[in-house]
Amino acid sequence: MAKYLLLKHYRGAPEPVNNVMMDQWSQDEITAHIKYMNDFADRLRASGEFVDERALAQEGTWVRYDGEGRPPVTDGPFAETKDLIAGWMIIDTDTYERALELAGELSAAPGKDGKPIHEWLELRPLYGTAPTITE
Amino acid sequence: MDEALLRSLTPAVLGILVRRGADFAAAEDAVQDALVEAVRVWPDDPPRDPKGWLVTAAWRKFLDATRAETARRRREDLVDAEPEQGPAQDADDTLQLYFLCAHPSLTPSSAVALTLRAVGGLTTRQIAQAYLVPEATMAQRISRAKKTVGAVRFDRPGDVATVLRVLYLVFNEGYSGDVDLAAEAIRLTRQLAAAIDHPEVAGLLALMLLHHARRASRTENGRLVPLAEQDRSRWDTTLIAEGVEVLQAALARDRLGQFQAQAAIAALHADAPTAEETDWVQIVEWYDELLEITDSPVVRLNRAVAVGEADGPRAGLKALAELDDSLPRYSAVSAYLHERDGDRRTAARLYVEAAEKASNLAEREYLTRQAARLNN
Repeated sequence: MAKYLLLKHYRGAPEPVNNVMMDQWSQDEITAHIKYMNDFADRLRASGEFVDERALAQEGTWVRYDGEGRPPVTDGPFAETKDLIAGWMIIDTDTYERALELAGELSAAPGKDGKPIHEWLELRPLYGTAPTITE
Repeated sequence: MDEALLRSLTPAVLGILVRRGADFAAAEDAVQDALVEAVRVWPDDPPRDPKGWLVTAAWRKFLDATRAETARRRREDLVDAEPEQGPAQDADDTLQLYFLCAHPSLTPSSAVALTLRAVGGLTTRQIAQAYLVPEATMAQRISRAKKTVGAVRFDRPGDVATVLRVLYLVFNEGYSGDVDLAAEAIRLTRQLAAAIDHPEVAGLLALMLLHHARRASRTENGRLVPLAEQDRSRWDTTLIAEGVEVLQAALARDRLGQFQAQAAIAALHADAPTAEETDWVQIVEWYDELLEITDSPVVRLNRAVAVGEADGPRAGLKALAELDDSLPRYSAVSAYLHERDGDRRTAARLYVEAAEKASNLAEREYLTRQAARLNN
């Protein structure tokens, strides 16, 4: 019983196998892709393993404190930033193996020619609560 | 409105419905509905016979839910066949429910969820909040679990060990939402101990009581306080006394199991007026007993800590060297033993490594502070 974050990257991950940008796909291919993603989330809802999913816009601003009484400094976007998060899904599974299996399934979403994209996803455990009995 | 009483009646009421012939999933829904109604009605109109009230309400909910003609005919047969209920039957029903909800066909998370709802009488929302998942997700988990055990015969005895594993999981999760899972686990284990005479059930209850007794001292402003530094005046002596008593009665039966052995270790800690006065030699002996029962790497790791206290850090490091260094908390134990051995530099490095591997924020922060203390 642990929660995992499945991170999807706009960039920063190694190139997927079926590496054709979505703007080159047919309408049906896009529809099939979106349906696959929705069906995947629905299956997790039905199995009681779904926690959350969100997609992030590409734009982002860097913000930091700039001293007492001054407005925060903003900067960016930084073109040289290598990594860009596209979105996430949080799952709650009994085992790490199950989380891996699900990540693999999500990575098989169809792309160009209806073939799996083989997209790289990042799987990160969320911190849990400190157990009571440790000794 | 006595919520504790209400919830304690849950398994007996559910057992009665199932014995009347209602299938488990429908009966469980009906009992939940009846509990909700009780919460609404009882404050203004407390029943003279709470259990009888709940049985009547739940049975009516069940009938409402199975309105189809065939179902009606079937339930008329059922009402005719209604068995008599007595206290012995109640204890039996309660026990069967524990077995069912911890059935080996369920995954740990499903068994936990089903136990908290069907035996504990918690709502799906409360369970969802406790485990930080959406209510709909928890509802699905419970509904699938009910389907999984739907075909299981209600009158076969199950394995107590599977039930104890589930209760242990609930306890060890502590509490993160508005439901105190540790207290709930203790309540459920007490109830189980009343329904079955088994030394390991008593052992687990003792283990929980002894750990729960130290809860107030375990954290300070959200920070973990290790056992040796805990303010022992804040330990709950009533819970400790009860835990020791339950444990002694269990040990006298001479059927040692892993929970009794773990509780014995917890009792030795509870018994020490100061950390320095801890009887580590006896604790090592209990770890040896525990290894005889269950040879787990985690037990060996904890034993290495105890050996380090009983025979010095070198002996502890020697015991540690025999273990796989990828074990959770291996680096933390190693860091601790190296510091006690006077090697602060290695200890600091290992604390950093341990912090990186921690599975929760509280431990990560604690381990990082140890590294920072040694580096400064």
